[in-house]
Amino acid sequence: MQKRLLLGHPQLAITIGRLCQQLIENHQNFENTVLLGLQPRGIFLAERIKEKLLELTNSNIQLGYLDATFYRDDFRRRDNPVRANETKIDFLVENKKVVLIDDVFFTGRTVRAALDAMHAFGRPSKVELLVLVKRKYSSHLPIFPDYVGKQVNTIESQRVLVEWKHQKGVEEDNVWLINKED
Amino acid sequence: MDKLSTKHLLGIKDLSREDIELIFQTAEEFKDVINRPIKKVPSLRDITIANVFFENSTRTKLSFELAEKRLSADVINFSSSSSSVKKGETLLDTVNNILSMKVDMIVMRHSSPGAPHFLSKHIDANIVNAGDGTHEHPTQALLDTFSIREKLGNVEGKKVAIIGDILHSRVALSNIFALQKLGAEVMVCGPITLLPKYIDTLGIKVELDVRKALEWCDVANILRIQLERQHIKYFPSLREYSLYYGVNKKLLDSLNKEITIMHPGPINRGVELSSDVADSDHAIILDQVENGVAVRMAVLYLLASVSK
Repeated sequence: MQKRLLLGHPQLAITIGRLCQQLIENHQNFENTVLLGLQPRGIFLAERIKEKLLELTNSNIQLGYLDATFYRDDFRRRDNPVRANETKIDFLVENKKVVLIDDVFFTGRTVRAALDAMHAFGRPSKVELLVLVKRKYSSHLPIFPDYVGKQVNTIESQRVLVEWKHQKGVEEDNVWLINKED
Repeated sequence: MDKLSTKHLLGIKDLSREDIELIFQTAEEFKDVINRPIKKVPSLRDITIANVFFENSTRTKLSFELAEKRLSADVINFSSSSSSVKKGETLLDTVNNILSMKVDMIVMRHSSPGAPHFLSKHIDANIVNAGDGTHEHPTQALLDTFSIREKLGNVEGKKVAIIGDILHSRVALSNIFALQKLGAEVMVCGPITLLPKYIDTLGIKVELDVRKALEWCDVANILRIQLERQHIKYFPSLREYSLYYGVNKKLLDSLNKEITIMHPGPINRGVELSSDVADSDHAIILDQVENGVAVRMAVLYLLASVSK
């Protein structure tokens, strides 16, 4: 398995800092904003963003975890079904500005499912999408992220892996581009 | 593993422990879904499910139907009392007719043990056994063990006594299999006439004294006396049964320990279980019913994903 480093941990910290500054620019004091991390891997980025925003603006923004497994349109079409994860949202998104957060943007289908799943918690006034890595030219749907950490050119058989320091067996934050073996 | 090892849910006997744990994990997420203001997800919107009930049922049928609707499946219902079965149509013909209307999944209850197994050899659709005679009732056992796990945190190592009419109970057999697979200790208790002959071969404890059974267990699953299946007298009278095997508050209070009380319903109040116990805090009977919908959603969802 070949892998190439896309973002090492110093750059990753800078990128997260920049994403937070962009959020501050658009949301000012975050009075009416909530964050939703997408399960299973977007929640780690969402936690980082929340921490960083607390540090920068002193505002403690509500954060929830959203799992879109039951709303996917590729259920029964995949060889390996996706395992459901916990949805943990202790607030309503009614009339809130929602920032959906995921680590990698690929086809846009997870985001589409997440938009459906979110409606069980109310009708937000606005929804934005923040991703750490956007794979270029790969979207299957007219969905595009509002905040992007890094754009990369990839081919279908490659995979982007985001590792976070607190995960088992991981020593520091890194983003890798992986070539799947033939 | 994110997939069940089987295409049909015919009995607990065919499931692995991993299967059961996958069902539990998925059911937890569905329990969360059915407690939201919007209780529905679109997962099975392209699936049609037929509920084929050759035997009466209220709870199971409602629970399955609700589970199917909450998953956005299309549902058709069939009960033998108002159908051509009365005119002499065979089981296979009836089901094949239903299937030619493009049905993807069959939920079936039948009074003959093995009916869903027979069907699974002849048709392509996924089959869920909703009770076959005195054989198995897998979704009931799944929701019972799920409820024990929820109440006590774990099933492994727990002592569970199944008390009552074991001979006629499909719930008992499925529960025994499920509890054993999950690592619980199982005991059955009832009058000797209501214990099946082969019970020794299952590797479980057998007790005739209900007080001793209650002293031993953490959880008591109390079963109904199935008078409709008892064609001969197995005990002198209901009053006598209630006197010797009925679980009441006085009996539980005298034990000096806390036992979780379960019942698969319908309860014959005052026979196997007194009202003061059935309505007490120790009883998780209504939690079982709530969990039933979530567990059935998980089963249907997971089976649908192995059908392709």
